[in-house]
Amino acid sequence: MQDLLYFSQQLINGLTIGSAYALIAIGYTMVYGIIGMINFAHGEIYMIGAYTALIAITGMTALGLAWLPLILLVALICAMIVSSSMGWAVERVAYRPVRGRHRLIPLISAIGMSIFLQNYVHLAQGSRNVGFPALIEGGFTFGSGEAFQMSLSYMQITIFITTLICMTVLSMFISRSRTGRACRAVSQDLGMASLLGIDTNRIISVTFVIGAALAAVAGLLLGMYYGSVDPLFGFIAGLKAFTAAVLGGIGSIPGAMLGGLILGVSESMTSSYLSGEYKDVVSFGLLILILLFKPTGLLGKPEVEKI
Amino acid sequence: MSMLSVEDVHTHYGKIEALHGVSVEVNKGEIVSLIGANGAGKTTLLMTVCGNPQASSGRIFLQGKEITRDPTAQIMRSGIAIVPEGRRVFSGLTVEENLHMGGFFNSKTEIRKSQAHVYELFPRLKERENQRAGTMSGGEQQMLAIGRALMSRPTMIILDEPSLGLAPLVIKQIFEIIGQLRDEGITVFLVEQNAHQALHLADRGYVLETGKIRLHDTGRNLLNNPDVQSAYLGG
Repeated sequence: MQDLLYFSQQLINGLTIGSAYALIAIGYTMVYGIIGMINFAHGEIYMIGAYTALIAITGMTALGLAWLPLILLVALICAMIVSSSMGWAVERVAYRPVRGRHRLIPLISAIGMSIFLQNYVHLAQGSRNVGFPALIEGGFTFGSGEAFQMSLSYMQITIFITTLICMTVLSMFISRSRTGRACRAVSQDLGMASLLGIDTNRIISVTFVIGAALAAVAGLLLGMYYGSVDPLFGFIAGLKAFTAAVLGGIGSIPGAMLGGLILGVSESMTSSYLSGEYKDVVSFGLLILILLFKPTGLLGKPEVEKI
Repeated sequence: MSMLSVEDVHTHYGKIEALHGVSVEVNKGEIVSLIGANGAGKTTLLMTVCGNPQASSGRIFLQGKEITRDPTAQIMRSGIAIVPEGRRVFSGLTVEENLHMGGFFNSKTEIRKSQAHVYELFPRLKERENQRAGTMSGGEQQMLAIGRALMSRPTMIILDEPSLGLAPLVIKQIFEIIGQLRDEGITVFLVEQNAHQALHLADRGYVLETGKIRLHDTGRNLLNNPDVQSAYLGG
């Protein structure tokens, strides 16, 4: 019983982090799926989302607003708007002018953008980490009377539910809507889509905006979960989410979701059963194994040469 | 009345010039065939009309309006549609979704109407409506590519090697459809290696050789031309 509770606790923790990774990973995978580049500034977009949410929350508390759902909603909307505009602007300024050049050029541009945004936040917000108010407190505990009690906090439940909603809305959008269909068509054959009169630049912007908005959601959620943010907040999370995207098969949206969950669970299992220091070793080791034995990722499709 | 007018167009891929001053005229309601060997520049000419790549010099007019420097997406929204070489259907999308991509800018009612029309031309597509395009045979994909092009209700349709890699029976069917499109009043600009059938169907034809127009005449005269016969019609 004791062991089972302990295991379940790690599973819950892992799935919590994993679903946030998945939210960030969507941005990597959608952009890769459509223009075949890794947007290394995506982690910074997520970090900016977290900061924006924090600023909004601080502002509203200073104004004396106390109704929690309203605070969360406004913070979420602010974060999504700011991050989306950032995502849009980054593509417009740093990627579009170099599109179609050698693959390394947009990649370097992305790394440059990442460094720029990180340092911008350093300057604007200071380099120390800032406390993020834990707005959602409390939770359920299971196994009273045992030496180990399993807890499922309301915060964790919020993360699950929000992620679930985002993923459902995204899947509906991609599979049902007119723009979603165009996204899929552009990711399969950009040239053909433009031969049908579709403004592919607009579709590319849309994918950046969607990815950034989801990253902002993750920013708010993980900011509250960890209780603090700093300008490097997006670096490791971005790297992990990128790993999750590759793990699941880069370019595949369900893959990013699966990859995020697997990564989150494997991390939390390693931290608890081995040691916290091995956490990153295992997650990146997992990445190497996948790349060795299934280079297209778990749900990725191999590129088929069209005849 | 001129539908498409290509005037002294040169096109470059990097430093290599692929078209050395090509002029082609397609009139409203005609079927015009462009024949030529592999690498003559047929596809390049079609793609230049679509603005990808753009002509490095010369001018292109569509219904009297210059489109030489317009971006591809804009050109393709001005009444012209293409069935590209190799079909290029969106393999992960269903047949219906592919058709809807073709009518991307039309209203829902227009899409419904065009879709019904396409299903009338190709009943096979109706049967496969919810199937992924990538799982269909080459002939069915070609039908889908033509159907997709028709979805935008174009006044002119460009077909690049529609018979490539298809069984003779399917080719016959495709050519019948092309004739039917003309009867509906759609102007057809057809590129083919299958010179015999292409010229047979065409009102007029052009012969492209290494980036230059060698000959142009009515379809029938080209069929009877000894040079054309020896070079493209197997003697």
